[in-house]
Amino acid sequence: MSDLSELYQEVILDHNRRPRNFRVIDPATRAQEGYNPLCGDRLTLYVTVADGRITDVAFQGSGCAISKASASLMTEAVKGRTVDEARALFDQFHHMITSPPGSPLPELGKLSVLSGVREFPTRVKCAGLAWHTLKAAVAETPSTPVSTE
Amino acid sequence: MTPSTAFEVGALRAQFPILGTSVHGKPLVYLDNAATTQKPRVVIDALVDYYATSNANVHRGVHYLSGRASDQFDQARATIARFLGAASPSEIIFTRNATESINLVAQAWGRATVSAGDEIVISAIEHHSNIVPWQLLCEATGATLRVIPMSDAGELDLDAARRLMGPRTRMLAVTALSNALGTVTPLADLVAMARSVGACVLVDGSQAAYHMPIDVQALDCDFFVMTGHKVYGPTGIGVLYGRAALLEVMPPWQGGGDMIASVTFERSTWNVLPYKFEAGTPDISAAIVLGVAVGFLTGVGLDRVQAHESALLAYGTEALQQVPGLRLIGTAAHKASILSFVIDGIHPHDIGTIVDLSGVAIRTGHHCAQPVMDRLGIPGTARASLAMYNTREDIDALVAALHHARKVLL
Ligand SMILES: Cc1ncc(COP(=O)(O)O)c(C=O)c1O
Repeated sequence: MSDLSELYQEVILDHNRRPRNFRVIDPATRAQEGYNPLCGDRLTLYVTVADGRITDVAFQGSGCAISKASASLMTEAVKGRTVDEARALFDQFHHMITSPPGSPLPELGKLSVLSGVREFPTRVKCAGLAWHTLKAAVAETPSTPVSTE
Repeated sequence: MTPSTAFEVGALRAQFPILGTSVHGKPLVYLDNAATTQKPRVVIDALVDYYATSNANVHRGVHYLSGRASDQFDQARATIARFLGAASPSEIIFTRNATESINLVAQAWGRATVSAGDEIVISAIEHHSNIVPWQLLCEATGATLRVIPMSDAGELDLDAARRLMGPRTRMLAVTALSNALGTVTPLADLVAMARSVGACVLVDGSQAAYHMPIDVQALDCDFFVMTGHKVYGPTGIGVLYGRAALLEVMPPWQGGGDMIASVTFERSTWNVLPYKFEAGTPDISAAIVLGVAVGFLTGVGLDRVQAHESALLAYGTEALQQVPGLRLIGTAAHKASILSFVIDGIHPHDIGTIVDLSGVAIRTGHHCAQPVMDRLGIPGTARASLAMYNTREDIDALVAALHHARKVLL
């Protein structure tokens, strides 16, 4: 049975109310737009990359509690990591939110608070938006705005 | 209203099997009717009954079943013609949905009629279905799309509309009822303006058709579209009403079987109305069942449905405003059936998820009306939308769930 408190954990509510790294980086190595047409969520992700390492990352935009908290938690998780590490984290995070309910969860530290999303198929895209945007932001070639559809 | 004609919502609800079910362990409170309405038992039974007793292709066989299916198909068309007040069943064309009906007009009528420099007028509160087909037409022909602006309340600016329409206006395509805001548009005024400049009029009746009585001849429109699944009927079937004189001169849209009079490799000639616009085997069962749904709706009585729903809308408007931080989006003086809203500090999507766990189904997002959201500077709204079977208890359940959402999220 999907439970509200599984989805809206205290950490998520806190990051929704007070998102971390909620600012513009100017100039940034890349500013990437992300869009979830289903609910109209939009975000801009700013990343600064030096020697293959994400030295700064921040975001702006509007969205639901899940997408905002996910973006906020993501910036904390990937700041200081190499681009390759961030990509690996994307894969693990993606697996966590899309794996069938009941199956074992990867150990993702603070990001694990978003695991409840997998009980809510309609909300998976909200949690994934920031991560898809990050993936595009650190890709070799810049891309047009990322869409979750 | 005398007691004998009182609207018996309890008895009505009993005819809709799904309203007796539970979701997430809570009794279903269905308030997403603008997306699609639930189906009464007679409609569900008619669908099964058709396949159990009458299934055959229409207008193609001499055998008994083909005749039976064809009769039922023709009867459905006649029922719908009466429902809309059309002069003849041959003015009723079956399509897949309202979207396809509009595309049919934009392409078959548009490409034959519209040329570079012409103008198509729509309004700021249209569904994407009544925007994009006209954009495609404009791109193909070099015509220009003009948009009647709306006020903050969601009312159309009639002075601006008057200024927009002129000798180059070929078409006014406008909704009768906004799905995002609930605005009932002043069709009589708008049609008169279009007529005064010699433009055609298409009315998007997707929302209006299940909330208010329609008479296309009294409206004096050239085209009227509706979609089966919103009038308590099945998906996969829509209707285009077209004035016979216009349909006669329009070229066909799609080619194939049923729409032809004769075919040779040199040349084909077109079938009479309405078949000219119905290429290929239609969704026969859905058309027949749509006739049943429309008969059901007529039986309940649209004037009574309208009275019931407007009392409920007034109740809901009042009740929602008691929720702290809630702001209604769409506050036109003349409204029907739609309660769109936002709540300070809570994104609509989160509202939707939380009320869903209380069994309350509403829609959140832009409701296929992105320009409305852009105009109002919001990403989307939460929307409760009413149908004949909704009650004050449904509204109360929504309000309770909204209080709960505030408690969880704020
Ligand atoms: C006003 C309006 N127009 C058009 C449509 C399109 O209906 P359909 O998707 O059935 O073609 C809808 C339904 O969503 C609507 O509300």
